[in-house]
Amino acid sequence: MAQSATDKLDTFPKLLRRNAASRGSRTAFRHKDLGIWQSWTWAEVYEIVRAYAVGMKSLGLVRGDKVAIVGANRPKLYWSMMAAQMLGAVPVPVYSDAIADELAYVLDHAEVRFATVQDQEQVDKLLSVSERVPRLKTMLYDWGRGLRDYDHTHLHPIEAVIAQGRARLSEGPDVGAALDAEIDSGAGDDLSIILYTSGTTGRSKGVMLTAGRSIAAATDTVAFDHLSDQDEVLAYLPLAWVGDHYLNFAQGLVAGFCTACPESADTAQADLKEIGPTFYFAPPRVFENLLTRVMIRMEDAGSLKRRMFHHYIAVAKQWGEKILNGQEVPLSARLSYGLGNLLVYAPLKNALGFSKVRTAYTAGEAIGPELFSFYRSLGMNLKQLYGQTEAFLYVTAQPDGQIRADTVGPATPNVEIRIEDGTGEVLYKSPGQFVGYFKDAEKTAETMTPDGFVRTGDAGFFEVGTGHLKIIDRAKDVSKLKSGDLFAPKYIENRLKFYPNIKEVVAFGQGEDFVTVFINIDLTAVGNWAERNNVVYGSYQELAGHPDVYSIIAAHVDAVNAQLAAEPAMAAAQVRRFLILHKELDADDGELTRTQKVRRGFVGERYAPLVKALYDGSAEADISTEVTFEDGRKGVISARVKVRDATQFPATTTAGKAA
Amino acid sequence: MMLHVSPQSTSGAIAKGEVLLNVENVSLRFGGVKAISDVSFDIRKGEVRAIIGPNGAGKTSMLNCINGFYFPQEGHITYKGVRRQKVRPHEAASSGIARTFQNVALFKGMTTLDNIMTGRTLKMHKGLFWQLLRHGPAMTEEIKHRRKVEDIIDFLEIKAIRKVPVGKLPYGLQKRVELGRALAMEPELLLLDEPMAGMNLEEKEDMCRFILDVNQQFGTTIALIEHDMGVVMDLSDRVVVLEYGRKIADGTPDVVKADQKVIDAYLGVAH
Repeated sequence: MAQSATDKLDTFPKLLRRNAASRGSRTAFRHKDLGIWQSWTWAEVYEIVRAYAVGMKSLGLVRGDKVAIVGANRPKLYWSMMAAQMLGAVPVPVYSDAIADELAYVLDHAEVRFATVQDQEQVDKLLSVSERVPRLKTMLYDWGRGLRDYDHTHLHPIEAVIAQGRARLSEGPDVGAALDAEIDSGAGDDLSIILYTSGTTGRSKGVMLTAGRSIAAATDTVAFDHLSDQDEVLAYLPLAWVGDHYLNFAQGLVAGFCTACPESADTAQADLKEIGPTFYFAPPRVFENLLTRVMIRMEDAGSLKRRMFHHYIAVAKQWGEKILNGQEVPLSARLSYGLGNLLVYAPLKNALGFSKVRTAYTAGEAIGPELFSFYRSLGMNLKQLYGQTEAFLYVTAQPDGQIRADTVGPATPNVEIRIEDGTGEVLYKSPGQFVGYFKDAEKTAETMTPDGFVRTGDAGFFEVGTGHLKIIDRAKDVSKLKSGDLFAPKYIENRLKFYPNIKEVVAFGQGEDFVTVFINIDLTAVGNWAERNNVVYGSYQELAGHPDVYSIIAAHVDAVNAQLAAEPAMAAAQVRRFLILHKELDADDGELTRTQKVRRGFVGERYAPLVKALYDGSAEADISTEVTFEDGRKGVISARVKVRDATQFPATTTAGKAA
Repeated sequence: MMLHVSPQSTSGAIAKGEVLLNVENVSLRFGGVKAISDVSFDIRKGEVRAIIGPNGAGKTSMLNCINGFYFPQEGHITYKGVRRQKVRPHEAASSGIARTFQNVALFKGMTTLDNIMTGRTLKMHKGLFWQLLRHGPAMTEEIKHRRKVEDIIDFLEIKAIRKVPVGKLPYGLQKRVELGRALAMEPELLLLDEPMAGMNLEEKEDMCRFILDVNQQFGTTIALIEHDMGVVMDLSDRVVVLEYGRKIADGTPDVVKADQKVIDAYLGVAH
């Protein structure tokens, strides 16, 4: 990349122009349409976006206008963002599956005058809230099916807008020159995009990001992960999410790589296999589902294949990560791994679409060490990052060669991190960080410290010796034991949940002498164990109370305690006592949220007698709870639940042995 | 979604054309059983025409007469101005009548794509010789047809199951594939025999949207048999009601809904 020119390349339209000039014939976008991958080069994209921008301008779009983008990952929607930015307008991507009410709020709050949407579904949704979004005047759509009979005075197909722009551009050089002037007048301080955070608490907030900062951040990580125009990604993450805008849009323009758009959301998995991206991101959930699918399909495979699979997966487990990390490995192991690669790993990665992946990231929630090392042992360079919309993604990331399941890595280049005393909250200063929440100075002030650091709302600590950051929980959920030691419930819960036998965990300990947990066993995993060991059971309740099951779970709890003992900040929060709940926590009973998160406070009140038993030393307790059946009827489940003590380990000061 | 779309298409936006198919005094007997007695009605170009009635009213028999599965003993069927008493299924197909079946009738072991491709068979003109050569004219023709089929796959939003054997698909999707195969014939008249049977609400809504879109976008005339009254009244321009093989009512959904004979047929009547 021409370093001398970077000071001028401070907006995305300028980057697009550069890409068209310097790598015009390289593929910039792909989209599977009618079963065939269509592709566009950077030069073609530049030409289309120019025409599109001229077309939008003649529809009345001016500098500073907000343009809503609603839909799935389709080239025309990415080009809508580029065209809007070319004119100095600000794209506002919106979650396409948002409910009408949420959509109306965001569109109104963002003061959008234009919207570019995917299809009839989105047009209908926007029309249904049009009264609440008075400023929204013009709508453009990508896919016209079903829209033929709609009133087209304010509704235009994107294709027609581009055609109109093209016609105007061909009228004379003035139009093109005016557009060039628009591009040149853009500056790094211009607002580049507003990303609305999904808002788990309260209303969504519009995170304002500037062009210069966005590009600075993307330039850093492009260098960090050695991305170039030889790379290729599959854009399947929601457009409105920072991950998509950063990893695909921003990095794509900076590095000049190709962004492939799946045919539809349902075909993303198949499209992944066809494209074979070199850079890939997925939340842990996706990796977990893929692994489960592989395992289930292997169970149905022939016995020879199955035995070969399990043998070489064991080999990979033993040596794969070491080989990937470049550690010393005996020659025989290398040979065995090489053979495994030929017979199992390479075909498996091919089936998953990971053959060409050079760098893969996961983030968003804690990933199980087993899961993480499974992919790494196959030779896939899977890493973790920690980031936020407000940071324009990266805060920390694991550099090649320093990869661990239980940290999120050290700060990325040019990012400063500090941990606030007392609360343990992580604060950062990053090159891409936001300039404020749109029309919400109060929230901005709450989030940004006077010296320019941004509060993450997450609590964490730096691991002694390595400088890797560990995120333990949301800062507001972290509390103290009676002794004053840190108690991070989710950190303990996640550790336990990594065991397949354990489905759900609720940890208690705020203001208490020690930590205790409720455990839900996973009926599939434990049921499978019962079947193999001839353990007869009639119900979930019976299986949950089985002494052997208690022993299995006790071993898991002990193992987690041993891990916690190795971490100075967590050693005091080892689990002292636990019990296995007689019923599964259920959203219908209000114990989980609809997104399957435990409502800790509610569970604590509902099972108060059990919590009491955990702390008063009794060996068992009676409980009866009202449950809601799937048909809406209510009933009562009563049970006598046993409480067990867990082994405690002395705090060790040697770090690094964990997990 | 449905509520938003359906009024637009049924409010008379489409100009209803001349009579496409006319059924005159048709009677059909199986030995001593009279399946249809003296039924007359017409289907106009571009409309959605529903045939409803209680079980055993002769609805499917009627469709079978129209596309040549059964030959009525009496009466005539005039299609596109040609009056005929006997027509064979392949003649009906080549003259532009396509249908789907009450029980899904697909090739279970073949993929969605191949199943829909079979709908193009009548439009393939290169003989076995060229087909065996594979390259050359047969390939060119195949590509042309594949494009058409891909349009349909895109239209019906079944891209994700393009390469999946239909036997593995859930019922609702199989119905959609069957509709796709019928559409591949680019029919002028599409006969749908209970397109929503056994579907859940969401699948029904999807199917309604597809039927309306087919009617609107391709201008295809549609005759459908359906039991879900909500669907029938929303979708159709005109409804004919059969009971015990006789026509008891004919008209717009509102007229039919208010007809005493129809109410009696559905709700029963005190004797």
